[in-house]
Order: sequence, then structure tokens, then C-alpha cells
Amino acid sequence: MSTLVIKDLHVSIEDKEILKGLNLTINTNEVHAIMGPNGTGKSTLASAIMGHPKYEVTQGTIEIDGENVLEMEVDERAKAGLFLAMQYPSEISGVTNADFVRSAINARREEGDEISLMKFIRELDKTMDFLEMDQEMAQRYLNEGFSGGEKKRNEILQLMMIKPKFAILDEIDSGLDIDALKVVAKGINEMRGEGFGCIAITHYQRLLNYITPDHVHVMMQGRVVKSGGPELAQRLEAEGYDWIKQELGIEDTDAVTEEA
Amino acid sequence: MTVETKLALSATEVRSFSQSNNEPAWFGSLRAEAIEKAAELPMPTPDKTNITKWNFTEFPQHTVESAPFSSLDELSADLKEIIDIEGQENLYIQRNNTPAFLKISEELKAQGVIFTDILTAVREHSELVQKYFMTEAVKVDEHKLTAYHAALVNGGVFLYVPKNVVVEKPLQVVFLNDNADASLFNHVLVVADTNSAVTYVQTYVSTVEESNGQANLIEEVIALDNAQVTYGSVDVLAKGFTTYVNRRGHIKRDAKVDWALGLMNDSDTISESITHLIGDGSLANTKTVVVGRGEQKQNFTTEIRHWGKNSEGFILKHGVMKDSAQTIFNGIGKIEHGASKSNAEQESRVLMLSEGARGDANPILLIDEDDVMAGHAASVGRVDPIQLYYLMSRGLSKAEAERLVIHGFLAPVVTNLPIESVKNQLTKVIEGKVR
Ligand SMILES: Nc1ncnc2c1ncn2[C@@H]1O[C@H](COP(=O)(O)OP(=O)(O)OP(=O)(O)O)[C@@H](O)[C@H]1O
Ligand SMILES: [Mg+2]
Repeated sequence: MSTLVIKDLHVSIEDKEILKGLNLTINTNEVHAIMGPNGTGKSTLASAIMGHPKYEVTQGTIEIDGENVLEMEVDERAKAGLFLAMQYPSEISGVTNADFVRSAINARREEGDEISLMKFIRELDKTMDFLEMDQEMAQRYLNEGFSGGEKKRNEILQLMMIKPKFAILDEIDSGLDIDALKVVAKGINEMRGEGFGCIAITHYQRLLNYITPDHVHVMMQGRVVKSGGPELAQRLEAEGYDWIKQELGIEDTDAVTEEA
Repeated sequence: MTVETKLALSATEVRSFSQSNNEPAWFGSLRAEAIEKAAELPMPTPDKTNITKWNFTEFPQHTVESAPFSSLDELSADLKEIIDIEGQENLYIQRNNTPAFLKISEELKAQGVIFTDILTAVREHSELVQKYFMTEAVKVDEHKLTAYHAALVNGGVFLYVPKNVVVEKPLQVVFLNDNADASLFNHVLVVADTNSAVTYVQTYVSTVEESNGQANLIEEVIALDNAQVTYGSVDVLAKGFTTYVNRRGHIKRDAKVDWALGLMNDSDTISESITHLIGDGSLANTKTVVVGRGEQKQNFTTEIRHWGKNSEGFILKHGVMKDSAQTIFNGIGKIEHGASKSNAEQESRVLMLSEGARGDANPILLIDEDDVMAGHAASVGRVDPIQLYYLMSRGLSKAEAERLVIHGFLAPVVTNLPIESVKNQLTKVIEGKVR
């Protein structure tokens, strides 16, 4: 079992503090859902874990099995077992999807022990079939001209090929049609198990209908303000966030600005 | 003030060189007249690059003797990689100034295709060469360097494809430079007659560390009505050359030329590629990639000039600059009066890999006609840190991520080279250069 521990995390972007002391612990074999209103720092958390160059961690720690993640370069974090399915994946012209995924797999292997081309192609074909992706997508340039939904599916393809210990899925359900949502959920469920833990950032219960979370956390104002089981997500779906705000005495900053 | 440039050969010397080659009288006269013009004509003036201090005229010797290859087994391993030894049916290898190997299939011969070194062509196909050699596309008296070239031509290729002949498989040429004292005044003349089609791919390979010579290269592509020419070149000339390369297309009615150029010289280089879309409905696609490194200074001017109605021209240039390399990219789309319904598009992108490198992309549209379409895009930038982050988040090292982004950036030309082995060679050269 592996554990990802985030303690008292403070993160700024362009000198604006977004995360203000966030705590979260995830084990493999667990699925955690993170929900919360727009702009409360969910993507910031994901980016800070992965090491996005624009996000500055000013306080706190992130550790995988006791290893200090914050000292690692982005690629080292990936090799330590972290994976982020991004809300807005980059497009890279001239680099085929297949070449990229193969490089990513080989980056985890010793020189001289690269995955054989045949084995790679077999696995890629199989996984693309599983995700109901057109084989032609393998030879397309990485995310270039992909539709929103195709990009998300492609993130899951990479996830399944790379097999990380911890995946953070940032709104993997946004922009997906119903069938695509089922396919993506099928991919994530396929990964579930002993060696895999997952943080799914989402706004909607519908993803969680397919991927039942073990834990649900609510983020507001740069912190986790409430945690619970799957029933918490269901209540949020039904009632929204106001009850939590009232319960915790959180002022709606946006509303205040509007009134002023 | 005019700078006195000393020409290496006199008219008498040029004439006697021509005679020793058994060239027909017209070619001897062309050379002799050209050397006299070269003495008087001004240097070309590439936009935004000052070449007054560059040495384009002096060299150790006009021609060097090299041994031909009696079989392809004699080629070095590097050269063998560029050539599909078994599969390549039509192949010409020039070693410095010596025609070193020629293979042409019976099928092409039977169809009347002429594929031979330029000086043999001058002798054996005199009339045909005389008709097109620096008459339609490039003119002898454009400036000092075109005249100098005409006077001193010492290599190159003649390719003629007769009417209605469609050559399916690419013809390949390799210009090997393995003598540091060699100078290359190579002339490539491709004439695709009416309704014909051909694919020509050449490679310049220098195996010398540093050259003492000149490279003054002129390449002319004449595509007659409804002909199609695909022209690929990978240039990898050594440091030390002063390179002037002039590629010119002369495209008639409904004819088409596709240029795919991998310009990977390590020498200082002035490159101009101009395609004249003469005929109505003619089309030119010019795709160029460049890598500059070290102290290299380069100027690449790509121009498509529209004369015919409904003519279409596309210029795509991608350059990668590292170290303290300095490169100017001039892209010119010019639509002449009368070339109505024409379309001139261009895109220039420069990727800077180091602080000390300089790259300028200058897109220019000159339009003398109302009813046309035109567009340009240009950018000079660095590798996008967000792209690197994305790639690294999958475990790729920074170096590997950069390598992928750079290869991706240059892919539009690499993938367009019609011979697999040459494509691989270009990929390898890029790999070596951007490392
Ligand atoms: N470059 C930036 N400069 C200034 N503020 C930024 C920048 N990037 C993000 N922010 C701010 O940080 C805050 C948190 O953004 P983040 O993307 O983490 O929110 P989120 O919870 O993921 O929201 P959503 O649900 O809409 O995806 C927002 O207020 C956002 O405007
Ligand atoms: Mg977000």
C-alpha cells in the first residue's frame, strides 16, 4: 500500500494565495472525490501536487510514502507514481499520440529495457479498444484538434497505459456525453484496486454514480471544509453548497463584492 | 563604395576548363561571358543580412579529383543509411566534383527520361540543356553570384521527364563532400515536360570537419503545363563553406511544385528560393525547416510570385535556433497585376532555444491585384513551458520533452520528404543538432 499525504498546504499563484492550509490523505485502493464551488482551488491543488511551474508552494508538505514530493521535478513526481489528468490538456503538434505514450512508458524503464514495439502496439490497441477510441487516434498529433471529450478520453488512455499509483482527475467528466462518461468511468474502475488510488475532482454526482467514491471532500476558500462518504456528494447534488456555508459560517466573498 | 572581390579564375582559364571537358562551344562561351559579367555585377543584397564581409569567391581549387564508386558496397556506413541500396532504382552519387555512381532503370530509359550529371548532359543532350539552362528560371546576369556560378559550374544533375511520362518512384541524388578543399558549383536542372510527374530527392552530406571551399548552388525546376514536381532536399554542408543556394521554380499552366527542404547546413548560408507561378492554375507548396547553431549566420528568403490567374502559393517555414546562431527568415508572397483569384499564404515560426540566438521572421505580402486572397502568420518564441509541464507530468525528462516538442515543430517538413531513408537521415541530423 502507498500513501499520499498533504499537510497544511499553502499555494500562491502570482502572489495571490489560493490554497490556505489544506490537509488530505489518500491511500491506494481508495477513491476520493473532491467537490466545491468554482474558483475554490481544486485545480490549484491538482497543479501543486504535480508541480506546475506557475504555482508556488509557500508552506506545508506533500509526501508519497514519506518521500518529499515538493523537492521533486515534475518528471520525478510522475515516476514516483503521480498522474494528473488535466482539466485542459496541452496540444503538441508533430508528436503522435503513440510515440508520446511509448516515450512515457520507456521513461519509467531502464535504458536497454525499453518496451518492445510489438508489445506496446498490442497494449495500446487493446486499451484503445477498451476505451472505444478510433485506432486512428494513435497516429494523430497529441491532443491536436481533439474535441473536448476526445481529450478527456485520451487522458484516460494515458492513465491506463502508464498505470500510476495515484491519479488526480481534474473534471474528467466535463464535456463528456453520456456514453463517453460511461466509457471513461469504465476505464477508471478498471484501474481500481490494490495498487491504485484516485482523487476525482468533479462538480456532479453523475460521475460518482459510475465511480463510487470511498470518501468525498468539499473544498471552499482554499481548504477542505467538510469530508464524508458517498452520501455527502448526493446531498450536495440535491441541495448545493449553501447549507455547508451556513453550517461553517462561510461568507460568500463573491456575493459580498457584488453587493458593494 | 564598391568592394573589390577577386575572382578565382580568368575568362581564358574558364574557357580552357570547358575545352578540357569537351563541352560544346555554346557552353564554353556562356562560361567565358559569365566570368566577365561576374567581375562587374554587384553582389546580391539579401534583406536584413549584411554580406559585404563574406567571402563568396575565393577557394583553394576549382575542381578536385575523387575516385568514383565501382559499387555501392564501397560507400561508408553513414551513406548507406541514406540510400535504400536494394530498392533505390534510380540513383546518382556525386563525390566532390566527380560523378561517382549512376544507376537508372531500364523502364525510365525506355520512357525517355534523362537522368545524368549536368556536364555529361551538356555534351550529350546539348540542345535540351541549352534551352533551359539559366534561360527561364534563373538568369546568368542576376548578380555576381549567379554569373560566377554559370562560369564555374563543376557538378550537378540534369533530369528531364518527357511529355505524359509519370515516374512513380522517387529519383535520388547524393552529393558527397569528403574533401575539405572541394568547392561545389552544382547546378541541378529539372525539366518536367507537359503532363509529366516526377519526385526528386537530393541530399548534401559533408564528412569533412571544416571546409575551405565555396558552395554556390543553383537549382532550377521547370514544370511545363500540367506537370507535377515534388522536390526534396536535405542540405548538411560543413562549417567553413560560404554557401549561396538559389532554388527557383518556373511553373506553367496547371502545373504544381512541392518543395520539402531540410536546410541543416553548418556553414554560413544565404538561401533564396523563389517560385514563379507563371501559368493559370499553377500551384507551389514550399516547406522548409532550418536548424541554426554555433556562430552560424543564415538568411533564408522564400518567395512565391504569382503571375497566373488562380495560382496558389503556400510558404511554411519552421526554424530552430540555438547557441548564438543568427537567422533571418524573409517570406514573400507577391501577386502581380492580372493574377486574379490567386491565393498567397505563408507561415513562419521560429523557436529559440537559447538566450544568445537571434531569429527574425519577416512576412511580406506584395499585392498588385484586387481580387485575391492572402494571409500570413509569423511568430518567434520559446518552447512553451506549459507544453513541457504536460509532457514531463507523464514522466518524460525535461530534455526528452524538449526533444519531442522540437521534433514536433519540425515535423511538417520531415514527414513530407518522399524517401523514407532521407526522412530518417533528416531526423537524425536534427537530433544531433538540437541535442
Ligand atoms: N494565473 C492566475 N492569476 C491569478 N489568479 C489565478 C490564476 N490562475 C488561477 N487563479 C485563481 O485561483 C483561484 C482558484 O482557481 P482554480 O482553478 O484552482 O479553481 P477551481 O476550484 O479548479 O475552479 P473550477 O471549478 O472553476 O475549475 C481562482 O480564483 C482563479 O481565478
Ligand atoms: Mg478547476
